[in-house]
Amino acid sequence: MAITLFYITSAVAVFATVMMITRLNAVHGLLYLILSLLAVGVLFFLLGAHFAAVLEVIIYAGAIMVLFVFVIMMLNQGQKTIEQERAWLQPGIWIGPSLLAFILFVEMLAIVVLDGGAETDHVVNAKQVGIALYGPYLLAVELASMLLLAGLVGAYHLAKPIIKVEEKS
Amino acid sequence: MNGIPMEHGLLLSAVLFVLGLVGVLVRRNLIMILMSLEVMLNATGLAFIVAGSRWGQADGQIMFLLILTLAAAEVGVGLGLVLQIFRRFHTLDADSLNGMKG
Repeated sequence: MAITLFYITSAVAVFATVMMITRLNAVHGLLYLILSLLAVGVLFFLLGAHFAAVLEVIIYAGAIMVLFVFVIMMLNQGQKTIEQERAWLQPGIWIGPSLLAFILFVEMLAIVVLDGGAETDHVVNAKQVGIALYGPYLLAVELASMLLLAGLVGAYHLAKPIIKVEEKS
Repeated sequence: MNGIPMEHGLLLSAVLFVLGLVGVLVRRNLIMILMSLEVMLNATGLAFIVAGSRWGQADGQIMFLLILTLAAAEVGVGLGLVLQIFRRFHTLDADSLNGMKG
């Protein structure tokens, strides 16, 4: 059972990634990228890494993709935006991602309904991860927090408007 | 015993990584390059999870957490750079940014 689900999800992930790198439009690519990340999240669940699966959906498919959407929308200002949006939201565009999402949804239903039918042998739950994270890996957590702080400062500095720099020179 | 074979998981991870690499090399839109980088990082995380699942240890998930942190920081800085490049050059084409000052 788990093996069948694994192969189906792998096919979905690979197909979504191929579609992502061949899309000409960034928003269409983003749709397929989200599908790819969700499929990898299902794979994490099937591999027994439930905590990582939740984080994959919340942080990768949720937070990081929202950043991409923000930037894509920020870069498309002006009058031609309306026609662009109309072209982006053609009904045909949604068929592919919806189909893939439907496959993942059916898999989720199968996992819930069969209740334990998709259990793998090595389930590493969140408690074990937390104990290891704040035990031997404490230094890595501190380093990750420093990295995030550096990323925050760097993003704030880099994305500042250019006007001030031009006034100085 | 319905375990998922580790080789297949690692193979899938390699395929996803190569697809991301192809995306980075082939695409010239900066946003698409960043998205392909995300795919590559995600494939690396998948490899760690597969290995962690194979030995039943939590270390794989912890490495995935660290990769997640790295991806978040990288996307923040990368998208800041993309915004700045778009403001200065009014394009997102990586090939048009090949001139250096000095």
